[in-house]
Amino acid sequence: MRLFSLTLKSLRQRKAGVALTVFTIALSVFLLLGVERVRIEARQGFASTVSGTDLLVGARSGPVTLLLYSIFHIGEATNNITWKSYQDIRAMPEVAWTVPLSLGDSHRGFRVTGTSTAFFDHYHYGRGNALAFASGKPFSDLYDAVIGSEVARQLHYKVGDSLVLSHGLGGPHLASHADKPFRVSGVMSPTGTPVDATIAVSLEAIEAIHVDWHSGIRLPGMEASAEQARHMDLTPKAITATLVGLRSRLSAFAVQRAINEYPEEPLLAVLPGVALGELWHLVGTAENALRVVSGMVLLVGMSGMLTALLGMLGERRREMAVLRAVGASTRTVFALLVMESTLLTIGGMLAGVALLDAATALAHDYLISTAGLVIDGTPAPGEWPLLLLVLALGSLAGCIPGWVAYRRSLADGLQVRL
Amino acid sequence: MIGPASSPLVSTRSLRHTWPGSSAALVLGDLELAPGERLFLGGPSGSGKSTVLGLLSGVLAPTDGDVRILGMSFASMAARARDRFRANHLGYIFQQFNLLPFLTPVENVLLGCAWSAERSRRAGATRSLMTSEATRLLGALGLGQRTWSHARTGELSVGQQQRVAAARALIGGPELLLADEPTSALDAASRDAFLTLLLDECARHGTGVVFVSHDLALARHFDRGVTLDGDPRDSRES
Ligand SMILES: Nc1ncnc2c1ncn2[C@@H]1O[C@H](COP(=O)(O)OP(=O)(O)O)[C@@H](O)[C@H]1O
Ligand SMILES: [Mg+2]
Repeated sequence: MRLFSLTLKSLRQRKAGVALTVFTIALSVFLLLGVERVRIEARQGFASTVSGTDLLVGARSGPVTLLLYSIFHIGEATNNITWKSYQDIRAMPEVAWTVPLSLGDSHRGFRVTGTSTAFFDHYHYGRGNALAFASGKPFSDLYDAVIGSEVARQLHYKVGDSLVLSHGLGGPHLASHADKPFRVSGVMSPTGTPVDATIAVSLEAIEAIHVDWHSGIRLPGMEASAEQARHMDLTPKAITATLVGLRSRLSAFAVQRAINEYPEEPLLAVLPGVALGELWHLVGTAENALRVVSGMVLLVGMSGMLTALLGMLGERRREMAVLRAVGASTRTVFALLVMESTLLTIGGMLAGVALLDAATALAHDYLISTAGLVIDGTPAPGEWPLLLLVLALGSLAGCIPGWVAYRRSLADGLQVRL
Repeated sequence: MIGPASSPLVSTRSLRHTWPGSSAALVLGDLELAPGERLFLGGPSGSGKSTVLGLLSGVLAPTDGDVRILGMSFASMAARARDRFRANHLGYIFQQFNLLPFLTPVENVLLGCAWSAERSRRAGATRSLMTSEATRLLGALGLGQRTWSHARTGELSVGQQQRVAAARALIGGPELLLADEPTSALDAASRDAFLTLLLDECARHGTGVVFVSHDLALARHFDRGVTLDGDPRDSRES
């Protein structure tokens, strides 16, 4: 206790140096934990791009392929699900709800999803967050469109603006559905998922803009105006994929098997979490790179502290001689310096954690909208071992100046020869 | 743990010390000090005076020979025991830079008892009694309350700092005071005044003194004198 108060008073005397050292450590801890939080949140956010959905069903391909085209809008579906199959799935007794997804059109680089209003009720992401509207409301008219936050931001669209969809997903010669313009009925809040870059319209709307098309070309002489299309039969013939919610998660495997063995066409049902995990595995090497970087950051911080401690040691030789003269042992001198660096490390850790919490609180909304990261103040469980590691390294680093001081106080005797 | 009352305060036998990397050896003729006795140790700079104090305090271990304080041989003690012995029975004053700048003057004085339960007890045992003993000592050494209670340690003049250092060395009444040129940074007038107060206070507690200085004029304040000559091979009694 006597040593502790001596250390505190001594540190208080050297405020500038102490502040600098604590700041160096705080920055390392900030980066170390920050990278860790981003890493964990990136993984978790990714793994919960779709949450609350029990099964993802599409035409038979690979689980990752299905996930990529239906959720991430990367690549194209090779096959569709017939409307009949979709109805059969809906009719299964275990199924609580379905959200159809019909892909294949685009608007200025953003993909259009034909779906039902169930999409806005059942598509969940992150820790069970539902989609929310920044302005407007879900589509109700046939030619209503709901746009994601990224679409609104990049194209400066707002509720009431009109837009024209293009047939196909890209390329220079997109045929346009200019005869059937859409009106923006709502803008969704940022989610950090591919939904942000999506334009959602009703399944019927997808059907309506294609009534006079066949095999990717507009049929001459068959043109139907936007008004005429309203009175035609707009039941889809096929959809690309569907999200399925079950009454009980326990039946997930049974329903999955039933769908995979569906006799009338080859279908594939996957558990979204499992498929997302597989996909993350493919891109996860970036994770290790992050870890290496934060490890190096920590080493730099610790050597900063070591430099500061060793630098101060010269000035403090007389202090050590005085302590020796009043009967402090060489071990006490050693303990004093180790205690000092431990205190500096603890101070730096607290400051770093506080800094990180403040930064994440301030950057919360920004991170969601730009990076899709939901970083909140709660320390991830992986942070405790990291903090312990920092503390151990800090105390260990203090052993070096402690040892130097110990050797010196043996060699100097009570005479400090500078 | 202290030998019989008859044992001398200090006795050294065939002491020799060689610094690592140096060929010259410091050789000290056998010394014996009775309890309360005051010895002046003179000699030019570099003659080994500070080294002798290091040996007498048990911080330095001699190459040959042995130091006994109050009948206890340093050679027979482990390092920790020597440190504890020093805390309990010895006071030390440096030439300068005696104080920890981050402690107040009174806290610096109390540091003299910090590693010794025995000296804490003799200085009053409780925190408040020890503090009043510390302030009494400061007063007796010529440092008024107005000075030590208002100035930060770093703001004290060298002479004032030396008084604080002397109070720290003497609190709790150690048997032996080792002083390494404590007056060399002072002017002639304050040097004699300081020395008189210091020796009076030592007399009060029966504290023996080994006082080191290159200034032979100070030798008259002491019972006995020893001079180390420039060539640190021999010493002779004057
Ligand atoms: N820590 C040390 N390491 C090596 N040599 C030392 C050390 N301290 C003193 N010496 C040497 O011992 C000799 C005596 O020094 P010192 O005891 O300081 O003399 P004085 O106090 O009389 O000036 C000097 O030659 C000095 O260089
Ligand atoms: Mg000297």
